Amino acid sequence: MRKLSRLSRFNVASLALGLAFLYLPILILVIYSFNASRLVTVWGGWSLRWYHELFNDRAMIEAAWMSLRVAVSSATIATLIGTLAAVALSRGERFRGRTLFSGMLYAPLVMPEVITGLSLLLLFVALNAERGFWTVTIAHTTLTMCFVAVVVQSRLGSLDRSLEEAAMDLGCDPVRAFVAVTLPLIAPAIVAGWMLAFTLSLDDLVIASFTTGPGSATLPIRIYSEVRLGVKPEINAICTLVIALIAVVIVIASLASKLSSSQGESAAPL
Amino acid sequence: MSARRIFARPARLAAIAPYVWMVLFFLVPFGFVLKISLSQTAIAQPPYEPVFDLMAGWGALKTAFAALSVDTFRLLASDDIYLFAYVRSLTVAVTATALLLLIGYPIAYGMARLPARWQAVAMVLVIVPFWTSFLIRIYAWINILQHDGLLNQILLALHLVSQPVVWLSTDSAMYIGIVYSYLPFMILPLYATLAKMEPALEEAASDLGAPRWQVFWLVTFPLSLPGVGAGVLLCFIPIVGEFVIPDLLAGSNSLMIGQTLWLEFFTNKDWPVASAAAIVLLLVLLVPLLLYERLQKRQLEQGR
Repeated sequence: MRKLSRLSRFNVASLALGLAFLYLPILILVIYSFNASRLVTVWGGWSLRWYHELFNDRAMIEAAWMSLRVAVSSATIATLIGTLAAVALSRGERFRGRTLFSGMLYAPLVMPEVITGLSLLLLFVALNAERGFWTVTIAHTTLTMCFVAVVVQSRLGSLDRSLEEAAMDLGCDPVRAFVAVTLPLIAPAIVAGWMLAFTLSLDDLVIASFTTGPGSATLPIRIYSEVRLGVKPEINAICTLVIALIAVVIVIASLASKLSSSQGESAAPL
Repeated sequence: MSARRIFARPARLAAIAPYVWMVLFFLVPFGFVLKISLSQTAIAQPPYEPVFDLMAGWGALKTAFAALSVDTFRLLASDDIYLFAYVRSLTVAVTATALLLLIGYPIAYGMARLPARWQAVAMVLVIVPFWTSFLIRIYAWINILQHDGLLNQILLALHLVSQPVVWLSTDSAMYIGIVYSYLPFMILPLYATLAKMEPALEEAASDLGAPRWQVFWLVTFPLSLPGVGAGVLLCFIPIVGEFVIPDLLAGSNSLMIGQTLWLEFFTNKDWPVASAAAIVLLLVLLVPLLLYERLQKRQLEQGR
């Protein structure tokens, strides 16, 4: 009798190599952002020099501000509409046009971004809409609400429906049952959905490039145009700041979802 | 049971806002892509000649349809540049997806074998890079791969090469970038199926005398095929339309279709050709897209 050991040396090695592959490049970038030397690859000691230069780069600051505004507003709208879509898909059973509805919700998840960006730009041009903050926000909302819908829908699907039914048996109308019982239970998924929408919007280059107008570049558009001209140490600094911001968002959101899920559990027996 | 029905009505009403939004900002825009792809190129603002006006009524519509221009599609078919771009996109996507499978499988396999508590940690560790900006991750590789970058410094220090190797603007750099960016998309579905697998099956095969590679090839791998399919499609489809990674890491001599579309649109301002290229790209992707949808449906049904 020969038992397979659960974890072989090969498993450990491939896992360690895989994680190193995923993390080392980011780590190297963060370390080099504190490099005093102008040459990106020569180590000249620790320094905050590039962060100083970054804060004097008006165009970069404006792009970052634009990106943050777009990310917050599009993530918020996407969370509202995406949650509604998830509710309709998982609780609405059958309704007219359901196939088209779910098709439209899933398609942007896999479609190449160039196509989504191009089609939205053609719409905005046809509507004669001035391109800038709102057009990018609308474009990002369209893309990210699909992700929100998927995240929230999977949580709704795993929920015990007898809780909702009990609330209605006790005299709640469906809307109140949803607000009092279902909503607290799916709150972690809604938070996760917002977070996903926020980071996706912050990250997007292709769709934003198509839908924004002159003079309102987002951060990825700025970074992209700088990177194409060659490596500059300021870019390491801005990238490190973005990584830090996303890390903070992840920590806050995971704390929030932990909090709301424990609240949901304590509220349920009441 | 009746409570379920009562719940269904307001839930259906919840569909209204997202439905209207998606029709307005997803379906209608496609109509525009289709319309403009069938228009004539023109030097104007906007740079195309409208072919028909819905407001003009039936008669106008009929004559418009008679005069519908397929010139842009004819151009796409006749110009080698586009053909090469589509072929190159598909070649790159196939190669990159194969590499991803080769690299992602052992990692997912290792994850699935960890003790349960560590599996959750490993999963978070795989997902976190996905949250950091994808442009930043590509940029991190430019830092490493450039002429006097870290990779060349290490290779020189180890005396593995005598001169700096040109990495940037090569296909190898592009494949590194693509594999790096899409690795989580390959690992996660693979891990999901491998973790669900019954270890007793592998143990039984091994007890019956199968050597390790046979256990893997005859038991583990066939059982993980749904995960392989999901991972392959999840990577393949977006890589075909990839634009940023080849633009920043690959050389400029042969373009993928995403880049061609971008250039046509922004540099040449040929909107009809760009639209037609987008439609052909969609048609190329339709098969894998439909496959992906079927696979997902089947997995959902199995999950229930």
